[in-house]
Amino acid sequence: MNQANSTRGIWRVIGASSAGTLIEWYDFYIFGSLATVIANQFFPKTNPTAALLSTLATFAAGFIVRPFGALVFGRLGDLMGRKNTFLLTLVLMGGSTFAIGLVPGYERIGFAAPLLVLLLRLIQGLALGGEYGGAATYVAEHAPPGKRGYYTSWIQTTATLGLFLSLGVILVTRHVLDSDPAASVRKFNDWGWRIPFLVSIVLVVVSIYIRLKMEESPLFKKLKAAGHTSKNPLKESFGHRANLKMVLLALFGAAMGQGVVWYTGQFYAQSFMENVCHISFDQSRTILIWAILFATPFFIVFGSLSDRLGRKPIMLAGMLLAVFCYRPIYRQMLHTAEVPAITVTSSTVADGGNRAIQLQNGFRYVEKTEAGNTVALDKQLDTGRYLFMVVLVFVQVLLVTMVYGPIAAFLVELFPTRIRYTSMSLPYHIGNGVFGGLTPFIATLLTTTYSSDKLVGLWYPIVVAAFCLIIGLLYLSNRVNPHVTD
Amino acid sequence: MQQLKRWFGMVWIIAGIALAIVLFRIALHEMTTKPQIDTQIQWLVFLVVFLPIIAGLVIFGYYALKGEYDQI
Repeated sequence: MNQANSTRGIWRVIGASSAGTLIEWYDFYIFGSLATVIANQFFPKTNPTAALLSTLATFAAGFIVRPFGALVFGRLGDLMGRKNTFLLTLVLMGGSTFAIGLVPGYERIGFAAPLLVLLLRLIQGLALGGEYGGAATYVAEHAPPGKRGYYTSWIQTTATLGLFLSLGVILVTRHVLDSDPAASVRKFNDWGWRIPFLVSIVLVVVSIYIRLKMEESPLFKKLKAAGHTSKNPLKESFGHRANLKMVLLALFGAAMGQGVVWYTGQFYAQSFMENVCHISFDQSRTILIWAILFATPFFIVFGSLSDRLGRKPIMLAGMLLAVFCYRPIYRQMLHTAEVPAITVTSSTVADGGNRAIQLQNGFRYVEKTEAGNTVALDKQLDTGRYLFMVVLVFVQVLLVTMVYGPIAAFLVELFPTRIRYTSMSLPYHIGNGVFGGLTPFIATLLTTTYSSDKLVGLWYPIVVAAFCLIIGLLYLSNRVNPHVTD
Repeated sequence: MQQLKRWFGMVWIIAGIALAIVLFRIALHEMTTKPQIDTQIQWLVFLVVFLPIIAGLVIFGYYALKGEYDQI
């Protein structure tokens, strides 16, 4: 009976934690996925100050505010408790996302519009920085020894499922606003983009209700009852050599490589399909959606496997495969998106004097001539190529599941209960927010600088993953700490 | 293995210093050749964020060199 209650209890803990974390990721991603639409509404390129605020919204939220949120909320979590802290981050994230959906456009209220959006985006980044560490710690501190990798891997699925949900809601909303597809897209760009933001509040309210019913982490309660909670978690985490050395090891030996593998598989892949392979908006997103859907169960597989084999071999194998497979995979993606040399079945004049061409096998594209060069844009792959592209992206997301599935358990086991929230949040958000978040930017910068090689952007994740792999191999231990009770 | 861990400590220290110099030079070059405000902000953010991380790498190397990771 006790065993059954305990099993039910852990699933309630996982359900409540995962639902809230998934919503937070959804909220964070819809802003990124709708960046172009939002820029037109709030940050007109013609106005330099608005463009400046746009740059700040992109860079500050991802790179500065997330690690800062990790410090602020990590400290709170170690002082006040996990439950109240990640409840607060959920309220902040949900409230700011809903508010973005309500802010009037630049044309109506001028500079107040981009300023408000920037402020709300910063709150989003801050809240995300605090959420993940709390959820992972909370689940791990409820999990029985020997199953921590398995149970925390459910939390690990939320980042990917949040992306999946955001892509799905955006695609559906984009196509249901009018029976005419072109009119529907126009309406979406005009006002329909607000719907995904507003929908968030319903999800957040449900999640807050569930989380309010949860108990505080048993380990934290015990620590608090004994009066052993940390008085100054920041000082203990980063001011003492014994703990700082573990924070640095977590960052350079695991989180840094995990971050670039994650962002390459789930964000650079989509950007590459759309901007380099010139696959259509809808197809580049549905390819990613299918790949995510098939790969997501592997978070649980690798999380569970890490309980038996250890966290180190699985995470490092993911990095090793990424180092050696990225260039062949992306070469295949380029090859798959090439226009096949087969019979043209129809060729009509499309918008702007371009030609809309359909091939015998169903492959469609728009042919555009620029400065004497002909380019194929807005490609709709035929079924065979589409499926192969799904496989290529699936392999990348599979690598993400290898490096990301066990990392929550790995980070939790590295630090003592009294400063766990603070200590694990910072390396996680530097690894993902800074190293991972910069992947699309640096890869694009490399591609623009060395334009003759379309795969040159991959050197950034490859070098960072290789660097992390060497540090991990040399310094990480494969011992699984059976107790996270210090 | 312990000795290898310590020798590599020196590698991380040198890599950290080299990275800091390279990053600083690239940022300076980009900020002077492209004086648009958003380019300047981007590189300023990179410097503010990456220099402490690079300092962390140097400290990591120092700890490794001193044998702090021998027993892990």
